[in-house]
Amino acid sequence: MSGMLNSTIARKVAMSLSALFLLIFLLQHFIINFTSVISENTFNELSHFMGTNVLVQFLMQPILIFAVVFHFVMGFILEIKNKQARDISYASYKGSANSSWVSRNMIYSGLVILAFLVLHFIDFWFPEINHKYIEFAPEDPTRYYHELVEKFHNPIRVGAYVIAFVLLALHLLHGFQSAFQSIGVSNKFNATLKSIGKFYAIFIPLGFIFIALFHFFNH
Amino acid sequence: MNLTLKIWRQQDANTKGKMVDYPISGVDEDMSFLEMLDVLNEDLISKGEEPVEFDHDCREGICGACSLQINGEPHGPDRGVTTCQLHMRMFNDGDTITIEPFRAKAFPVIKDLIVDRSSFDRIQQAGGFISVNTSGNTIDANAIPVNKHDADDSFAAATCIGCGACVAACKNASAMLFTSAKVSQFALLPQGRVEATDRVLNMVRQMDEEGFGNCSNTGACEIECPKGISLENIARMNREYIAASVKK
Repeated sequence: MSGMLNSTIARKVAMSLSALFLLIFLLQHFIINFTSVISENTFNELSHFMGTNVLVQFLMQPILIFAVVFHFVMGFILEIKNKQARDISYASYKGSANSSWVSRNMIYSGLVILAFLVLHFIDFWFPEINHKYIEFAPEDPTRYYHELVEKFHNPIRVGAYVIAFVLLALHLLHGFQSAFQSIGVSNKFNATLKSIGKFYAIFIPLGFIFIALFHFFNH
Repeated sequence: MNLTLKIWRQQDANTKGKMVDYPISGVDEDMSFLEMLDVLNEDLISKGEEPVEFDHDCREGICGACSLQINGEPHGPDRGVTTCQLHMRMFNDGDTITIEPFRAKAFPVIKDLIVDRSSFDRIQQAGGFISVNTSGNTIDANAIPVNKHDADDSFAAATCIGCGACVAACKNASAMLFTSAKVSQFALLPQGRVEATDRVLNMVRQMDEEGFGNCSNTGACEIECPKGISLENIARMNREYIAASVKK
């Protein structure tokens, strides 16, 4: 296994594995959030389960936080190493002639997503941790829906939400299939993966934007 | 055609270079890009100036010697061609053409537009071969049946001429397309499977030691490759590398 620990391919494989985990997480996050549009009770029940289940709280949540931090840190490391690989820049470099904007600017879309995550943590995660593990406040299984709706009253926050998810869509448009290419899954499934990737990259972020706008305009 | 050439001039590896403008006139659209540079050099020599140094050899697109980043793209704006196959009809009268050396830390400039691509040789030497007994009882390669699909893919990978356009095009100066083509051409054949584990580990290790960047899967290398080497080779090398690392 020694070869896996420190090489360009190992770093990319690790990057893609954390990305694939985050893709699965994002899907389940979307499904739960979307229930808030359909049924207040269902959203509360699912949120209560996720917020109190021991496995989710003490196994999946730490793995998720590790994956998020790892993905960002490794993204920065890769960016620095890539810059070092071309110590003198071209006077003329026509990247648009051979590659998509999204594929060349993953670091920038990633930075916007990171900024959004900071806002997201301040909005939801820190109050949640404070509520449950610092204040040990009495649990109210019906509080989740109201907390969600309240956050989407502010048009600036909703605007930030929309911008962040547009950037997430751009990030995923390249990131989804890139994650599979990095772990070598490509030959037989390339066309199918591209289609699934495009669908996921557009549908999931659009869905999150829809949820934010739905609550903004309906409450 | 009358053109303005903006060319990178650099005395040697240790001297700082700069872009220098050269007006050139009477360029025929049927000239190859290198012939156009020959005309420029003839003119410079006749004026007692030092000619522009650039790599070239076969001038028929198979040796991989010619390079050049032309208007921001390796081998210029045409597709599936090397610089020697690029024709001036791709440009218009009055154009300004920027000509630079391939840029990568692992491709240091030797002089003007010539870069040292021996890092590719060292990657090849690290495992881009099969060990065959050549003492007189060598088995004919055709004696071993090979699946036609694999043979075709192997041949396609083997058409890589090692010009370095993939590195030059990549925003990260990654050599994954080159290395993966060399890994794939052997990995797909039964003769190559024997040393496949060591091959991929050693070639990737050498690629990393040379200072090439990581692959971001932008696909720029595949588009700019004069031989159309496929990104599938990179996926294959990643699979080979993961399997080899687990095995080791």
